[in-house]
Amino acid sequence: MTTLESTSTAAGPPAEPSPATGRRRDRHHRGAVRWIVLAVLVAGAVVMLFPFGVIVLNAFKSPADYSTAGPLSLPTEIYTTGMVDFWNRVNFGQKLWNSFFIAGSVAVLGVLISLFNAYALGIGRVRGRLSIVVLFLMANMLPQETLIYPLYYISKEIGLYDTQLAVIIIFTVIQSAFGTYLLASVFGTFPKEVLEAAALDGASKWQTLWRVVFPISRPTLSVLLIFFFIWTWNEFFIPLIFLISNDNQTVPVALGVLEGDRLMDATTTSAAALLGVVPAIVFFLIFQRTLARGITAGAVK
Amino acid sequence: MVATPSTPPTRPRSRGRVASGIGEGGRAYWLYLLPGGLLFLGVIVVPFFMNLGLSLAKWPGIGELTWIGFDNYTELFADDAFWASFRNSVAMIVAMVIAPTVIGLILAAVLFDVIGKRFGGRSASALRAMYYLPQIIPVAVAGIVWGWILRPDNGALNGLLDAVGLDGLAQNWLGDPDTAMPTVMAIMVWVQIGYPVVIFMAALQRVDPELYEAAEIDGAGWFRRFRAITLPQIRPETFVVTLTCTIAALKVFGPIFVLTRGGPGNATNVPSYFAYQNFFEKARVGYGAAIATVLTLIIIVLSIVFIRAQAASERKDRG
Repeated sequence: MTTLESTSTAAGPPAEPSPATGRRRDRHHRGAVRWIVLAVLVAGAVVMLFPFGVIVLNAFKSPADYSTAGPLSLPTEIYTTGMVDFWNRVNFGQKLWNSFFIAGSVAVLGVLISLFNAYALGIGRVRGRLSIVVLFLMANMLPQETLIYPLYYISKEIGLYDTQLAVIIIFTVIQSAFGTYLLASVFGTFPKEVLEAAALDGASKWQTLWRVVFPISRPTLSVLLIFFFIWTWNEFFIPLIFLISNDNQTVPVALGVLEGDRLMDATTTSAAALLGVVPAIVFFLIFQRTLARGITAGAVK
Repeated sequence: MVATPSTPPTRPRSRGRVASGIGEGGRAYWLYLLPGGLLFLGVIVVPFFMNLGLSLAKWPGIGELTWIGFDNYTELFADDAFWASFRNSVAMIVAMVIAPTVIGLILAAVLFDVIGKRFGGRSASALRAMYYLPQIIPVAVAGIVWGWILRPDNGALNGLLDAVGLDGLAQNWLGDPDTAMPTVMAIMVWVQIGYPVVIFMAALQRVDPELYEAAEIDGAGWFRRFRAITLPQIRPETFVVTLTCTIAALKVFGPIFVLTRGGPGNATNVPSYFAYQNFFEKARVGYGAAIATVLTLIIIVLSIVFIRAQAASERKDRG
C-alpha cells in the first residue's frame, strides 16, 4: 500500500507537463506492485474455484481409486458408473424436468402478474399506489418461515399439498412481489407521449398494454423472467416442505436431502454435486448475454 | 380521450390534458390489480395473520388448538436455544454482510483500478466471474459441495492438509462444536463474496474519472483516493448491499439444513432452522410461529432503520 501511495504521488508533480508522460513513468514504478496485486487476486480466485475443481476431479473417479489415492489425485481412469448409477437411482432426469417446469412456470406467470400489477400502479396510477408498492416490497422481505405453516396447512386442506402447482402458485406471488415493485417504478417514467398517441388512436387499455407497453418494456421483462427463473430454480426451503414425494422433487431438494442424510459415499456425492452445479453454470452462460443486453437497454432508456 | 369514453374522468381538474386523462379512469385500471391482488391476499396476507394467530396458541398441528396468549413469547425469551440461534444470526451477519462487504470493496477497487487499468478489462471481468461463480449455484448445492469437502474421514480438505504435512490440523470441521460455526461462516463468506464484488465494480464505473484525475494531480495516494472518493461515491450501492445481505443472513436456512442441521447441539442453529424444527420435527406449531414472528419483526425494524439512515445520509450530502 505504501509503495502504491508514494509512487503515485511522485507520478503527478506539477512539473510534469503532460499526463501521458506521467502515466508512463507511473507504470514503470508500479511494475512490481501490479504483478503482486495480480498474483494475490489470482490466488484468491484459485481458492474460490478450489471446491469446483475437486468436485470435477472426483466425480469421475472410482470408489476404489478414491479410497487408495485420496481426493486430490488425478483419476486413473474416467469412471462414469458412479454418476450413471446416481442418475438412475434418483431419476435425475425427472428432477431436472421438475425444476425446469416449476421455475419456467413461475418465471412466466410471475412476469405476467408483475406486468398487470405494474400497469395499474405505474401507468394507471391507481389511488393508494404508494402504499400498495410498499406492501409488495415488505412482502418480499418477509422470511418464508412466517408464512410456511399456514401455507402448509391451507394446501393440505384444499388438496394441493405435495403438488408442483402449490409451489408454482406460492413462488409466482413471492417473485411478482419483487417484480411489481421494480416494474412499477420503471413504468412511473414511461414516456407519456407514447401513451397519448395510443389513446388518440383509439386503443383500449388492454390493447395499449399489449401493443405499446409490452413491446417497449420487453428488455426489462426479459431480465425479470431470467431472475425469476434462476431464483426459483435455486429455492430450497419451500420446495423442501411442499414436495415430499420423490416424483415431485426439484434438483436442490433431491440433492440437499440426500446430503443432509449423509447416505452417499464420497465419489457418488461428488458426482451428484457436479450434476447440481452444471445446470446453474449452463443457465448463467446462456443468460449472461441477455442480462447484459437487458441492463444496457435499461440504461439507455 | 377517445380511448376511454366509457370511463369519464372522475376528477374534473385533469380533464384538460390527455396525458393525465390516461391516468384517470382508475376503476378500469384496478381490474389489472385483481389477479395479483387476490393471489397476494391468499399467499401472503392471510398466512401472515394466521401465523400471528398461531403464535398465541398451543397446537401440535392436528387436533385441538388452545389459546395461551403470550405464553409462547415468555417461554421463548427464557429459552437458551432461542438466544443461541440469534447469537448465531450475529455470526451469520459477520460472515454474510460485514466480511463480504469489506473484502468485496477492496477486491472491486483493486480489480477496477489495478487489474482493469493495467492488465485490461478482460482480465478484470474474468477474475470477477471467478469470484462470482459460487453465487450462481443453488445454495443447497453449495452446501453439498462443502459438506463433501469437509468430511472428517476422507474429505478433500483433510486430505489436502495431510498432503502438505499439516495433518495435525485435520479435524471433524462440521462435527466439532468448536469449529462448526467458524467453518459454516467461512463457507458463507465464500458463497457471498461475489455479490458485492459485482455490484461495487458496476458502481465504480459510474464514478466520474475526472474526480480521480484531479485527486491524483493534487498528489493524493491510492488509499486516500479510495477513502475520499470511492467510498462516498458508491455509498448508495453499499447501503443496498448491506441491507439485502443482512436480510439474507437473518433468513439463512438451506446451508444450515444441508451442512449441519443446526448441530452439533445448537452450535450452528439459526432462527429459521429453529422455527422449522418446532414446526415440523417437534410439532410445536405455536412456538415455531412465535419464533418466525420475532424474526419478521427484527427484519422489519432493521430495514426501517437502514432506509432511514440512508435517507439521512443522502440529505446530509445534499445539505
